[in-house]
Amino acid sequence: MDFNDTKEEAAFRAEARAFLSANAELKAGSRPVLRQSGVDAAAVKRCKEWQAKKADAGFAGLTWPKRFGGKEASPILQVIYNQEEDDFVVPRGLYEIGLGMCIPTMMAYAQPEQLDRYVRPALRGEEVWCQLFSEPAGGSDLAALRTRAVRDGGDWVINGQKIWTSGAHLSDFGIIVVRTDPDKPKHEGLTFFFLDMKSPGIEVRPIHQMSGASHFNEVFFTDVRVPDAQRLGAVGQGWKVSLTTLMNERLAVGDVQRPDVDDLVELSRKMRIDGKPALQNGAVREKIAEWHARSQGLKFTRFRTMTALSKGETPGPENSIHKLVNASKLQDIASYGLDLMGNNGLVLDEDLTEAYGMFQAALLSSPSARIAGGSDEILRNIIAERVLGMPSDIRVDKGVPFNKVPTGKR
Amino acid sequence: MNFDFSDDLKQLRDQARRFLAEQCTPAVVRRSLDGQETHAAALWREIAQMGWIGAAIPEEFGGAGLGYEGLCVLAEEMGRAVAPVPFGSTAYLAAEAILTAGSDAQRREYLPKLADGSLIGCFALSEGNGNPEPSAIHARVVGGRLTGSKWPVADGGIADIAIVVAIDEHRQPGLFVADLKDVRRHDLQTLDPSRNHARLDFDGLPVQQLGSGGWGAVQRVLDRSAILFAFEQVGGADACLQMAKDYAQERYAFGRPIGSFQAIKHKLADMYVALELARSNAYYGAWALSEDATDLSLAAATVRVSATEAFHLASKENIQTHGGIGFTWAVDCHLFYRRSKQLGLMIGSAPFWKNRLVDLLETRNAA
Repeated sequence: MDFNDTKEEAAFRAEARAFLSANAELKAGSRPVLRQSGVDAAAVKRCKEWQAKKADAGFAGLTWPKRFGGKEASPILQVIYNQEEDDFVVPRGLYEIGLGMCIPTMMAYAQPEQLDRYVRPALRGEEVWCQLFSEPAGGSDLAALRTRAVRDGGDWVINGQKIWTSGAHLSDFGIIVVRTDPDKPKHEGLTFFFLDMKSPGIEVRPIHQMSGASHFNEVFFTDVRVPDAQRLGAVGQGWKVSLTTLMNERLAVGDVQRPDVDDLVELSRKMRIDGKPALQNGAVREKIAEWHARSQGLKFTRFRTMTALSKGETPGPENSIHKLVNASKLQDIASYGLDLMGNNGLVLDEDLTEAYGMFQAALLSSPSARIAGGSDEILRNIIAERVLGMPSDIRVDKGVPFNKVPTGKR
Repeated sequence: MNFDFSDDLKQLRDQARRFLAEQCTPAVVRRSLDGQETHAAALWREIAQMGWIGAAIPEEFGGAGLGYEGLCVLAEEMGRAVAPVPFGSTAYLAAEAILTAGSDAQRREYLPKLADGSLIGCFALSEGNGNPEPSAIHARVVGGRLTGSKWPVADGGIADIAIVVAIDEHRQPGLFVADLKDVRRHDLQTLDPSRNHARLDFDGLPVQQLGSGGWGAVQRVLDRSAILFAFEQVGGADACLQMAKDYAQERYAFGRPIGSFQAIKHKLADMYVALELARSNAYYGAWALSEDATDLSLAAATVRVSATEAFHLASKENIQTHGGIGFTWAVDCHLFYRRSKQLGLMIGSAPFWKNRLVDLLETRNAA
């Protein structure tokens, strides 16, 4: 065992570091970089400039084919770049879904001339993409979606509603899965398209989250026309295409969010129980030890994943462990930290509270972390079925025409 | 980044797994459990012949010189097989104490015999209730003679030598080697009868000290063995998850395999998560042992906490997944449930290691 980069990896890490040092600032001190409550015009401009710079320097789309501006590099180099970038303050939040999920799906299913048109502008950040999957009646049960597309000459006409679409209001294009045949069973009547988000009939409304942020949107479709040429995969094969998109999600190895154990240790030094630092309290110590063991366990699980990547293996469904453990741990540490503050744990004023308010912020943002991108329950199902080989659930909607299946809230 | 065992060690692990699946069946474990034998003596001889006991002992002292990563992969398999042999007592505790604290002469005297199985070792630390700490040690050595009582001592009833923690002439806790041939001892009934446990009474027995004493030497043995025992715990937890998985696919209720119910799926997923976290921490522990890393103590406390939790969770939820049959004597679930507690209590229980972990975090963060 060793923790060393190979020669090639080390050289690449040095290159990435040099690029980042020349173009971005190192994160300073213990102050967390909090997710902004929304991406405004100025932030979009910063994101676009950064992405163009990164693409021009050859650090965007590392694993992509060279003809689209990629480097055809091993996924381990992407992980290494992400590790290095994580030390710097760089604008984030605009391209993860487009470059991580939408464009890889396009590369698997779109026509060559479409790829020539769309991939490079996406890579340079000139065009932003979103993913239109979830619906009010289909979240965890994604295939229960009801947005309809009906063939009309050379076009399809879309009516319905999507929800939880990150960045829809900033996007130029989107990938969408819709129902084209409600008489077929759930998974068989779906078809996949990409579309122009500026098409007439699309209305985007932000969702105001309990944390105060607005990362997601509702997107309404009224007689939106999409040319059949923008269909990805065959009619009725939309579910298969969706799985391609979702597989790409797994490559995203979760990063550590704050507050983490070290933040809790620091807080416990300052807070007092029975006139002594909370860090001397047995109950507090027990909690810290348990979370430390979990944090370290995840860190070394990431190292094992990196080792597999380094050997050219592809991470599978076992990667679900990262988000499953991280999201709950974040919520639990946030809540416990506030308990240590006592009544003042309620206070949000940065001047009056501890740790720049990160415990309060995490209390309100962590519920979404446990749901978005696969809820805890779905991740446990994935581990049980796809890693441990448990039989899939008995489904009452199996083989039943979709329009005979109850969906949503009754 | 190469955070995995080498192909050679994976091969060793696979060989060990096959060998133990054949030679250390539940029937063999049950001979000790039912009191027909104190330990699987025949199996022990074979393990010794294959060089497993001395895996991490350098060749100059009669070991196989495979290094600590080798001992770690073997430990995982011993845990998976709930092996009723004094492997941990001899290889992780007695041999480690002599290797880390003993003089060259002591190493030459004892290590080859421990490695070839002709001597069984044990570690006599506890004196009744409580976790390891200097103030809990009352056994004393005066004029080279040991007086006091130690219980429970894993494998104390079958061992040839004991590493005894006792107060030395300078009123410091220290490590001593005791020949147990003429020592008064009696076997204890415990939660895990598949392992021998005894009480040892010393009444002026001549002993040799290992090194110059101090609690640091004791803690060093505890730290190093915690990583090795963690691999046993990981192996045991993995075996429980396999059993639960198999049963959940075979057992039908309400017209369907119980593994198709989310209540069972989520239970198994939680066992898997705890196991993977423990396994990843154990890998780091293996690295720390083989490199003698500066953060070995913190790595040991960390993996001790997560491996103890993982094995406890897996062994109890394995019983739960089996339902009624799971708590019968005939089905093997309880072998793991017992071993989980046995491993979780020896060398200090979870509260002790959690407290130590935070001590070490405080020291690290202050540095």
